[in-house]
Order: sequence, then C-alpha cells, then structure tokens
Amino acid sequence: MFTAERVADKKDWLTGNDGEWEVIIGLEIHAQVASKSKLFSGAATEYGAEPNTQVSLVDAAMPGMLPVVNEFCIEQAVRTGLGINAKINLFSRFDRKNYFYPDLPQGYQISQFEFPIVGEGEIEIEPEGSEAVMVGIERLHLEQDAGKSIHDLSPNETYVDLNRSGVCLMEIVSKPDMRTPEEASAYVEKIRSIVRALGTCNGDMEKGNLRADVNVSVRRPGGPLGTRCELKNINSMRFIRQAINYEARRQIDIVEAGGEVDQETRLFDNAKGETRTMRSKEDAHDYRYFPDPDLLPTKITQEYVDAIKATLPELPDARRARFVEEYGIPVYDAGILTADKAKGDFYERLVKGHDAKIAANWMMGDLFGALNKKSIDLDDSPVNSDALGGLLDLIADKTISGKIAKGVFEKMFAGEGSADEIVERDGLKQVTDMGAIEKMVQDVIDANADQAAKVADNPRLIGFFVGQVMKASQGKANPQAVNEILKKKLGL
Amino acid sequence: MSDLTQLTLEAALAGLKSKDFSSVEITKAHIEACEKGAKLNAFITTDYDNALKSAEASDARLAKGEGGNLEGAPLGMKDLFCTENVRTTAGSKILGDFKPQYESTISAQMKSDGMVMLGKLNLDEFAMGSANETSHFGSVINPWKAEDGIDLVPGGSSGGSATAVAANMCLGATATDTGGSIRQPASFTGTTGIKPTYGRCSRWGVVAFASSLDQAGPITRTVKDAAIMLQSMAGYDVKDSTSLNVAVPDFAAACDNGVKGLRIGIPKEYTMDGMPAEIETLWQQGIKWLQDAGAEIVNVSLPHTKYALPAYYIVAPAEASSNLARYDGMRYGNRVDGENLYDTYERSRAEGFGEEVRRRIMIGTYVLSAGYYDAYYLQAQKVRTRIAEDFNAAWEKCDALLTPTCPSAAFAVGRKIDDPVTMYLNDIFTVTANLAGLPAMSVPVSLDKDGLPLGLQIIGRALDEETVFAASAALEKAANFTAKPKKWWA
Repeated sequence: MFTAERVADKKDWLTGNDGEWEVIIGLEIHAQVASKSKLFSGAATEYGAEPNTQVSLVDAAMPGMLPVVNEFCIEQAVRTGLGINAKINLFSRFDRKNYFYPDLPQGYQISQFEFPIVGEGEIEIEPEGSEAVMVGIERLHLEQDAGKSIHDLSPNETYVDLNRSGVCLMEIVSKPDMRTPEEASAYVEKIRSIVRALGTCNGDMEKGNLRADVNVSVRRPGGPLGTRCELKNINSMRFIRQAINYEARRQIDIVEAGGEVDQETRLFDNAKGETRTMRSKEDAHDYRYFPDPDLLPTKITQEYVDAIKATLPELPDARRARFVEEYGIPVYDAGILTADKAKGDFYERLVKGHDAKIAANWMMGDLFGALNKKSIDLDDSPVNSDALGGLLDLIADKTISGKIAKGVFEKMFAGEGSADEIVERDGLKQVTDMGAIEKMVQDVIDANADQAAKVADNPRLIGFFVGQVMKASQGKANPQAVNEILKKKLGL
Repeated sequence: MSDLTQLTLEAALAGLKSKDFSSVEITKAHIEACEKGAKLNAFITTDYDNALKSAEASDARLAKGEGGNLEGAPLGMKDLFCTENVRTTAGSKILGDFKPQYESTISAQMKSDGMVMLGKLNLDEFAMGSANETSHFGSVINPWKAEDGIDLVPGGSSGGSATAVAANMCLGATATDTGGSIRQPASFTGTTGIKPTYGRCSRWGVVAFASSLDQAGPITRTVKDAAIMLQSMAGYDVKDSTSLNVAVPDFAAACDNGVKGLRIGIPKEYTMDGMPAEIETLWQQGIKWLQDAGAEIVNVSLPHTKYALPAYYIVAPAEASSNLARYDGMRYGNRVDGENLYDTYERSRAEGFGEEVRRRIMIGTYVLSAGYYDAYYLQAQKVRTRIAEDFNAAWEKCDALLTPTCPSAAFAVGRKIDDPVTMYLNDIFTVTANLAGLPAMSVPVSLDKDGLPLGLQIIGRALDEETVFAASAALEKAANFTAKPKKWWA
C-alpha cells in the first residue's frame, strides 16, 4: 500500500554499528472536530465536565438507540480536506469497527473504513533548519471517540467516563513521507495550524483534542522498507521527537544484532522517554468492519463542496506569504505570527498604524514570553492588541524609551492599567528638556572629575557617564540627548 | 352486553366513539381474557393497572368528543419495543429487569393516539426464531390445535403478538419482522399481519436484531384493522436515519380500492420440495379469487429467490453479532462477574444469551471475519441486490405479487427446535420482502386438512402499501375466513 521514494538527506542518516540508516515516519493524527455536539448524538462535548454528565442514550448504547449523523461534522471534515488540498469524496460511508471494551458502549466504533470522506492530499512543511518538504496525505475520515477508562481510582475496579464517547474525531493519515523527528513534529505543527485556521479543531494537545500516533520503521538509505511499529500516547511535539529518536535507535539495534523488528503497537512512556510493547501483532483484533446498517451512505454534491470552499479563510501558508509581502517582516517572524489564526489576527490589528517589525518583535518577545510563562492563551491575554498598540504609540512619539516600555508592559500585563495610565501614574515620561538634561550631565561630570579626565584617553568611558546620567534621571532622560550633550561637554 | 373481545379493532373504535361501551369496559374484558389465557404464555409483562388508568383517560377524552386514532383500544406491545418505566426484555435473560427511561417512537405515537397498552408480548429471544421457542420466558402456545390436541407453536418471532390477537386477548398487537416474524406467525394463527416498506416505521427504541431488515408492523384480526394500526405506527422519524421522509397515505381507505385492473404477479419460484399439496392448491384458489375480483393474473419469475434464504442467514446474523455487542453486562442488564474483564464478558454473555442467539452471534462473527467477509457477507449483499433487481423486473409486469406465506401450517412445540436448518426454512417465502425492503402482508384464507389456518402473502412495491392493502382486502373478502380456534385454554 505504501511506498517511500524520498531518501533522507545524508545529514539526517543515523549511524549504527554497521553503517547508515534512515528513518521512515508516517503519522495518524486524531483531531477532535470543534463541534458543540457529538458525531451521532446531541450530547455536549465541552471539555472538563463532571464525568458522565455529557452522555446521551445513544452514547451509552441503550437498547434500540440509533445514531444520526451530525451534519456540522461532515462540513468540518470537508473544510479540513480542502485545507489540506485533498480530494473530497462525494460518496462516503460509515462502517462499524467491532471490539469489546468497557469504554466502548456499543461494542463497536462507528468509523469510515472503506470509503473515507476525504482522499489523498498534500501539504508543505518547514522543519526547523531544513528545506521545505512535501508530505502526502493518504486520507481523512470521521470516527467516534471512545469513552475514558480510569484505572487508578481503585485498586480493583476500572471507572468509565463516557463524556468523550461519541465525540467526533477526524483521523488524518499521512503517507510515510517524513524522514526525521523534526519533520514529524513540523508536520503535526502544520496540520495543527491548518485546522486552527479553519476553525475545524481547537488543536489543543494538552486537552487531547489533537493526538498523534506515529508509525516508525528504519531502512538502509533508499533500501527496502523495514517493519514498522506504531507508537501511541504521544501528546506533545517534544515527545513526538523523543519517541521517534528512541524507537529508531531501538529498531536499528535489533536489526544490527541480527534480529527482526516485530510489527506491534507500542506505548510511549514520557516519564522514561521509552517505548514499550502495548499490543503485539498476534493480539491484533479482527475488527470485522462492515457498513453500519443504521446509517445511510453520506452523499454530498460538488455544489456543497464548492460552497464550503468559497468560505475558507486564508490558510497559514498564504497568510505568511502575505505578511512578508505586505508588512515586510522576515519569513521567520511571519511564520510564527501565522502559526494560528489568533496570532495572525492579533498581529493584523496591532500592525495598523505601527511599525511592522517593532509590532512583530513586541508580540513575539514580551507578549508571547509573558503568556507562555503564565500559560495563558493569546485569546485570554490581559493585554489586547489595542492596549499593546497604545504602548507602541508611546514609544513611537518618544514619550517613553523602549527600555522603560518593557517595565510598563509588565505592569499592563499585571492588570495595572493602560500604557498611558501607568506612564502618567509612575511619572515615566521621557525627559526631553535639554536644560534639565544638561544640568544632570554637568552634575555627573562634576561628581566624577577624575573619570572625566581620563575620557580623552579612553573614549569608552563615555558608557559609564551615560549610565550615571540615566540612573540619575531614573531612566527617563532621552538617551540620544544624553549622549550628545556628554560628547560635547567631555570634548569627544 | 356481547363479548367485547370478539370485536374487530375497527368495530371497537366505532363502539367507543359512539359510547356503546367505555374503554374501561373493553379493557377489563380484555384483561380478563388475558388472565384466562395465561397458559398460552403470550405476555412476558402485563401492565393492567396502567392499562386501566389509560382507559380512564381515554374515556375522559372520548366523553369530550376528543381522542386519537386508537383512542381507548386495548392493544398489546411486542416486548422488543422499549416502553418507558415498563420492563423491556426482548425475550432475553441478558436484559434482566431493564426498564427503559424512554419510549420507542412507535409506542409513543400509539400512546398519543390513545392506545391502552395491556402489556409486553412474548417473542423469540431478540426476535430470533420462527416458533417462539427461544424466549427466555418460555414458549408461546398457539390457540389453534389439530385433532390430536398437541400443543402447537404460534410461529415466531412475534408469537406472543399472534397468539394474543388470535385468542382475543387484545384487539391488535405490534410486531416486528426481520425475515417473516410478522407474517409467519400471522399465517400460523389465522391472523393478519403486514410488514410495511423498510423505513416506513421508525426503528428508534425498538431493540435491534438486524438493522437493515428489521421493520415493525401490526398483527390484527382483519386487513382493515391492520391498516388502522399501521396508520398510527408509521411515519418519518428524524431519530432514525433509515426512516423515510414521505407522507403516510390513508391505509384504511386503500382497503376499499379493490383489485379491478390490478396486475397480480405469480412468481413460479415460490414453491418448495416437500411443501404440502394443499398449500399449492390454496395458492391456486387465491389466484382464482383475485381473478374473480377483477385482477389480471401475470406469471413472473424471480430467479434469485433460491439464494434469498442463505443470503438472509448471513446478513441478519452479521448485523446481529454487532448489534448485540452492547449487551456486555457493563451498563444495564445481567452481569456475571468473572476473574477479569474478558471472563466477565464471556460469562455474562454465555449465561445471558440463549442457544439460538449465541448460534447467530457466532455465525455473524464468522461471516464478518477477516478472510471470510468477501466470501460470505459481501456475496450475500450482492445476492440482495439481485433479489431487489428481480422484484424491479417483476414490477414492470405487475403491481403486486401473490404467494403462499409459509411452506407449512403450525407445527408441534419442540418438533423443529433442534434442527435449525429446518426451522430456518419457515422463512423461505417471507425473507425476500425483507431483503428487498418491500411491504408484504399475510392474510388468513383457509384451514388445512388438520383444521389449522393457512395464509397467503401479498407483496407490493416499495411504499405502495395501498396496493397491498387493496389486494389483501380483496383476498380477505373472497376467502371469508371466519374460523376461530376452540377456546380450550379458558
């Protein structure tokens, strides 16, 4: 089914005891559709609710209950399919995947096996430090999530929370087109940015609404494919890279020792940074897929697809290109600022009437830094784009220096008020009164006569004087003015 | 007052409306009949207290000149329909004392139309059976007997419904039909039953056996009664994705349409080795009756008929094996604790399901397994397509088909239960309508040499129940079947 034509760059080969290897990586991403209700029932999907409070009769698989497809979810799958440049299948069908587990009340998961709603597609990724790579998409299909089994509340019992049972997931399956851990995480990052831009998935990995299973195998560069293992339970970009690194080494060691890699499902232990066997091939279920007789095939029209296409927002790649073009900021900055819709929207509001590069620096530096530190989403930022814009205005009209502005920003972030209010309250206005500055300069020179005498021999001492004057002015003196006056008075 | 249990549903509704008797009176008469008929084992759960309360409420509405299509009529509910706060068993041990917190769409519609529900009627476990012998709650006994006095089966799976109607324990009963479970028991008990077009009635709240084949319908004493009941049962339901969003015609009016000018097809394949000659004779008689009533008789061929039964016994168990996975002892119903999770599953299901259900789960699991799916399930689906094509070709030449309902009359309790294949042959003339989703009705027309009732079947085009009712009514009229079982049980 899969072929893997691209051979990794030599720099990405792994060296074993016995020559070079390359890693072949494919991903299955489960993205929870941003829908208020479940795929086949009207129950709510809100995160963090009390266990078993968002469960309909359908989700609990009561006798005689029937699924009814949530058309909103179909639309989101089509939107996502269009966003990853994929073929939209006008005919798709829900199948049952049969297995027993307490968090699967029906005894089957409704999924799309033979006829997924989205077929092949392709996206471009930019792994850090490498050139862009095209990654093929095999398919995207819709399926129900299972409930959650909780094993650690009791030594002898398992508790089941069905809130997630029936929540709609999009499973996005890549082709085995990635060759390094960095490519794999860049791919997830790209998919995440696309679904967030489209609004089809919130993409929050911590809340589990974007999860990745990673298929890893190793081969001699350009050689025949090795046996793959599927790694599960990976919930961050860092863990994706860590898990792949560990797994590739494990497989290389096995093969070089004359062994064979077993095709199996492995669990990533993020505490130990290891993978371990979860299910061997022998334990693999026979899922007995067959078309779900409770549901009719999903038939959509080209007009329906076209109508959705017409409402697609600008996607991250296009927006990034436009930011570079329109605002003249570096590609790197544009990439960060378009990684998701909220960032791009914030920047576009902020940049109006402000220097594009300064706006970008403030967002990527102080703002994102402060948000990260407090783990706050940009949408919930205590400093919105207007407020930050107010601060940039004060820098631009030289009311305060960039350095003072950093302190003001911190206070704004702590909720102490607007930039204007804080500057006014703390008396931070830059001193531009030349007479006042001259007096401060003269006072500093007088107080440091011996140093002043050495300036002629050692011009770098001027930095000492600038520092002293700024200190005396509590940072409020215009640094340029201080510099000029000092130079004049010290005869430089 | 004459015996109110002898009335047809049509006459009872008229009597209630004109206040010849009250709903409480006719309900009490039926409760008495149910109590006297206890040995027929038609009911799993009776609900007389609520029935009488409903009857009082109906009387209050009738007094004001209000009331729905079924106002005040005491009816029975097959115990496959979920009924709010009334135990629902599907004839199985595995559901334990399950009391649904919801009402099936069909029973809800009937209640809002004024039905008085007497209780929940016995059936084969999960509607799997042709003799009502697989119920966890014991076999249902057919009110009819031959001279030898041996207990006979009422057919299945809607055996409780058929017996209750035949023994005048209710004016009519709901039933379901996956491969013949309405029509075969109707034929065995001298009653009338229609399986409407697939999608005509909502499956929401009906315990699923085989989702693509299951369809609810009524068992009654006359064709008109069936039309009245189906009127309340049918209709589009947004909660069932396979229900059909089409208008429901006036079925009772269609009963009077007659067959003049109708083309009735006679499929030559609807005969079987070993079938009693009198069934063949009866079929010929039916042809003559319809001809005399003005229908044109056309010979047609449905060449894939012989594959229908094997295909059915692949598709139905396949769907059942998946539909019944939810009965795992985890959330409701019976649970037998084992040493670990899988042991608990195995014990709960081994003890909760009876032998026939276990057999079909195993058949279904097998035919869906990797490596067998193509050879069995997929092949069966292709047969299904061919059978539908056969019918479509026939509809070019005719408007409805006339066939025997079953290859035999009712047989003795216990005679076939150990021989599944022989038992499955009961469905040979009925499964085709399920596989093709067509409406089909069994009408009692005659007694065999042993004095047991036999039915003929009318099959119609999809959504053309009106023609089925018209032809069935004509058949009913010509046959003038008035025989009743001797009341040996009371």
